[in-house]
Amino acid sequence: MASIDSGGGDSGHKKGPGVKKAKKLSTRVDMTPMVDLGFLLITFFIFTTTMSTPSTMDLFMPKDTDKDEEQNKAKESGAMTIILSKDNAVYYYMGQLLPDASNFTASSFAKIRDEIINKRKEVIAAHTHDEGCKKIWDKNGGDQKSCLDKDFVVVIKPTAEATYKNTVDILDEMAINGVKRFAMVDLFPDELMVVQKTEGSYVAPATPAAAPAK
Amino acid sequence: MTPFVDVAFLILSFFMLATKFKPPEPVEIKTPNSVSTKLLPDNDAILVVMDSSGKVYFSMLAEKDPKLKYNVIKNMNDTRQLGLSEAEMKNFVQAPMIGVSFGGLKQLLAVPANDHNKVKQPGIPIQDSASNELYYWIRDAVQAFAGHKINYLIRGDNAAKYPQFKEVLNSFKRNDIYKFQLVTAIEDAPEGTELYRDRQKQMGKK
Repeated sequence: MASIDSGGGDSGHKKGPGVKKAKKLSTRVDMTPMVDLGFLLITFFIFTTTMSTPSTMDLFMPKDTDKDEEQNKAKESGAMTIILSKDNAVYYYMGQLLPDASNFTASSFAKIRDEIINKRKEVIAAHTHDEGCKKIWDKNGGDQKSCLDKDFVVVIKPTAEATYKNTVDILDEMAINGVKRFAMVDLFPDELMVVQKTEGSYVAPATPAAAPAK
Repeated sequence: MTPFVDVAFLILSFFMLATKFKPPEPVEIKTPNSVSTKLLPDNDAILVVMDSSGKVYFSMLAEKDPKLKYNVIKNMNDTRQLGLSEAEMKNFVQAPMIGVSFGGLKQLLAVPANDHNKVKQPGIPIQDSASNELYYWIRDAVQAFAGHKINYLIRGDNAAKYPQFKEVLNSFKRNDIYKFQLVTAIEDAPEGTELYRDRQKQMGKK
């Protein structure tokens, strides 16, 4: 029977030169493969993860109506029309489009914000309280400032060439600048003509064009 | 090296927990950004997807009650004589989104739902009001969701054209639906603007 080496004595020293000392095993494990795998998984999860949580933007559209009396009326002095066209082009004009299109201005998504802000300031400066203001005050707890921009209306007219991104961007611009009244409608034929003339893609119709719809 | 490995595994566990796998979709959509902060509802919603090439897809988010989706296809099958089998209708419930006309529905649903992202779908016809099939999809889905508060989601690609968006809106409008939610990615309000000041004020109040 092998006796248990108590270790206490001098048994180690008794062993002769032919007896090999037991090799001391290292307790350290090679971690390299595990770390490799760890990094592989990190890379995998980084690439598959979707960090940007989608949000939603509310869009309320009015009911389509042909009746003139049901259409929302906008004061000419407070109206701004923004036209979106191809290759992210933005055009705008204030009030009515003049027959010679002299108030039709080219802009861009970078510059349109300043135009909106300026127009809004202009409308607010020109505002005088009238009977319509009372309703808005009541809604906002008597805040008399709440109706200052009530005449400010932005009409958004995307052409067939405008992209969905353009449309969302301009709607976003309304939210950014606090425009409370805006509408999204189609272009009138005369507006489309001006846009096409500006872009150089206008082709005169063979037959005389019908009078533009009102 | 040990602290380094510790950090690496910490990051690994973070990503493993934070990852939410994207459900497989037949099309890749790059949504535009907006300053809106409202979160996307993931149940009781009708989702219309517009891709960059002008195709329109329809989808219902009804994970809590898959029976609703089944009701829609059952009703569709009965009223339009699509000739779908029971298995194909069950397959519809699993399908992420539908981008075929009524005529092509049987062919699409013969393919298992997991493989739908490999099938090329031509999009739901919406061009003119006579053949606007999206209108019927929305109508039936609204009926199925009766009693729920439905969200109407529109998810469009950056490159989708406006006329396509308008047609989608028209399909909703014909169903007397006027309130939509456009799916976008979150973006901060630009500094110094009206919205930025409003938000700063609200933060101050809290």
